[in-house]
Amino acid sequence: MFRALQATFGIAVVVFLLMPIFAILPLAFTSSVFLNYPIPAYSMRWMHELTTAEVWRTSILNSLIIGSGATVLATVLGTLASLGMRRGALPMAGLLRTMFLLPMVVPAVVLGVGMQIFLVRLGLASTYLGVIIAHAVLCIPFVIVSVSAALQGIDPTIERAASSLGARPVTVFRRVTLPLAIPGVVSGAIFAFATSLDEVVLTLFVAGPNQRTLARQMFSSIRENISPTVAAAALLLIVGTLCLGGLGALLRWRQGRKTAAAAA
Amino acid sequence: MRPFIQFESVSKAFGSVTVVNALDLAIEKGEFVSLLGPSGSGKTTILMMLAGFERPTQGAIYLDGKRIDHLPPYRRQMGVVFQNYALFPHMTVAENVAFPLEMQRVPRAEIARRVERALDMVKLKPLKDRRPSQLSGGQQQRIALTRALVFEPSVILMDEPLGALDKQLREHMQLEIRELHKRLGLTIVFVTHDQSEALTMSDRIAVFNAGRIEQIDNPQVIYDTPRTRFVAEFIGETNLIEAKIASVDNQVARLSLGAGLSARAHAAGGLSAGQTASFSLRPERIRLGMAPEGSNALDMTITDCIYHGDHMRVQLARDDFSLVARCERLAGHWTVGAPVVASFDPRDCTVLAQ
Ligand SMILES: Nc1ncnc2c1ncn2[C@@H]1O[C@H](COP(=O)(O)OP(=O)(O)OP(=O)(O)O)[C@@H](O)[C@H]1O
Ligand SMILES: [Mg+2]
Repeated sequence: MFRALQATFGIAVVVFLLMPIFAILPLAFTSSVFLNYPIPAYSMRWMHELTTAEVWRTSILNSLIIGSGATVLATVLGTLASLGMRRGALPMAGLLRTMFLLPMVVPAVVLGVGMQIFLVRLGLASTYLGVIIAHAVLCIPFVIVSVSAALQGIDPTIERAASSLGARPVTVFRRVTLPLAIPGVVSGAIFAFATSLDEVVLTLFVAGPNQRTLARQMFSSIRENISPTVAAAALLLIVGTLCLGGLGALLRWRQGRKTAAAAA
Repeated sequence: MRPFIQFESVSKAFGSVTVVNALDLAIEKGEFVSLLGPSGSGKTTILMMLAGFERPTQGAIYLDGKRIDHLPPYRRQMGVVFQNYALFPHMTVAENVAFPLEMQRVPRAEIARRVERALDMVKLKPLKDRRPSQLSGGQQQRIALTRALVFEPSVILMDEPLGALDKQLREHMQLEIRELHKRLGLTIVFVTHDQSEALTMSDRIAVFNAGRIEQIDNPQVIYDTPRTRFVAEFIGETNLIEAKIASVDNQVARLSLGAGLSARAHAAGGLSAGQTASFSLRPERIRLGMAPEGSNALDMTITDCIYHGDHMRVQLARDDFSLVARCERLAGHWTVGAPVVASFDPRDCTVLAQ
């Protein structure tokens, strides 16, 4: 009885979470000019619009540029930070870790306001670099969480063994630590890219008209002219995110299998 | 001339806890020395100081006449085998074994040749393209050993390398390591808490207790004449006898054992009449039945008889004085409750330091 209730509740939550997504997706293929049901006929017209109209094309391109930039920046910095905080090499590593994870919990608006003031000072407001930095700040916690977990999983005696076999610290890092941490770095990068892809709030604050990302463009187009291109863009984002998520899951699965085999 | 490896009053403290206390230890080239002791006695710490992963708080460590305690591990040229093998999980077996040679910038062709030969030596060449996770525990152990040997280090350090293997495989590997030690003339420092492993493998055993060496000597001396109560109890099984010295005459002490029994023991010196001392008497040194000329003979009663497969363990008592004797199964038939004469040579009764 209780189990049935649990199952029903679970399904209800899933439906509640997924409903908006399923509601919007069919509209990407409507032939009507309105973003609502019923769908008179199916067509690729809005998908076509998405890939040909100038604003949409640049926004997709911007998302890719900013996403890649933020991913690279966040992955490098996040990985370095995780390495630094490893095994209490630093005093107050715990406090530092909390600080690094702060962007996850600080309201994005607050971050946005601060970020804008800061970037204006630096002369980076409304530039690609500015947006990339802002996105990277949001992405770094994901990289840190993921890389730290991977580093935690490395048996320190393996590094000791390398060292006793004649490897200098840099070589130990290059030949042993890094290769073993790479799955964590890659999944951190995937999270980072996905985060940057759907980030709107910070972008509203720091991006100029030239750095409109896809998410930002969807946000404004739904207020200006409610065309089904938004649904097409949503479809694109969902497919992109699903691909990234799938890739991440695949990596985690492979890593899990490898460590399970190593532990056996 | 310094010994090959020398610890000179080395101490190690973690915070306020002293783990190794003013250790002096000398190991000759080509020697197989076991560090034996209970958990927490500081064996790993000593090995890690030798390998360079821990720094002594005090004292100096020498290798081949040179002081090494300030050198990082990668400059010490020691092959370390860890308890959990510590193979590189992302490299194949061959890559694992090649690693130390690459670190020494050995030319590629020679690396391939030496890896091949080393894997041949442990009969694992067919597995060279596998990952460590695809090997059994014993195979991983052998690869770890090969990896530590292949770059011809001056010393091999092993920290309970056989701890994770089952009994049969462990015994097989013990023989294999001993064989390698003899054939290649290796200097090996071997940490274990398994006393039979230490006895069968080592040239010398250092018995540790709480960061100090209780006794260091060859296995036979350690077993036959343990110097302290700790060593007597830790290595093998023993009868600990508390006795009052009745008289000392010409290196032979007459003991009164209680329950009206008395016996003679060869006193190593330092004993005087009237004092109380502890003695160790190995169960297999006690004979039941007839007493040969010149041996101690005690009239006792059999209280229990335990079957151990290849031998019997016979419990003897007289009032509150008791002994355990180990007898061959075919040596006789013992009935519980029957009186028996237990005899032993005065030389087998070893006095222990207080
Ligand atoms: N890094 C450390 N910090 C603090 N204490 C330590 C550290 N390493 C070891 N110790 C302590 O030092 C003592 C000796 O440890 P060690 O590992 O040398 O023992 P061991 O003889 O190898 O024991 P075992 O047989 O269980 O491996 C232990 O009490 C341990 O708690
Ligand atoms: Mg240990």
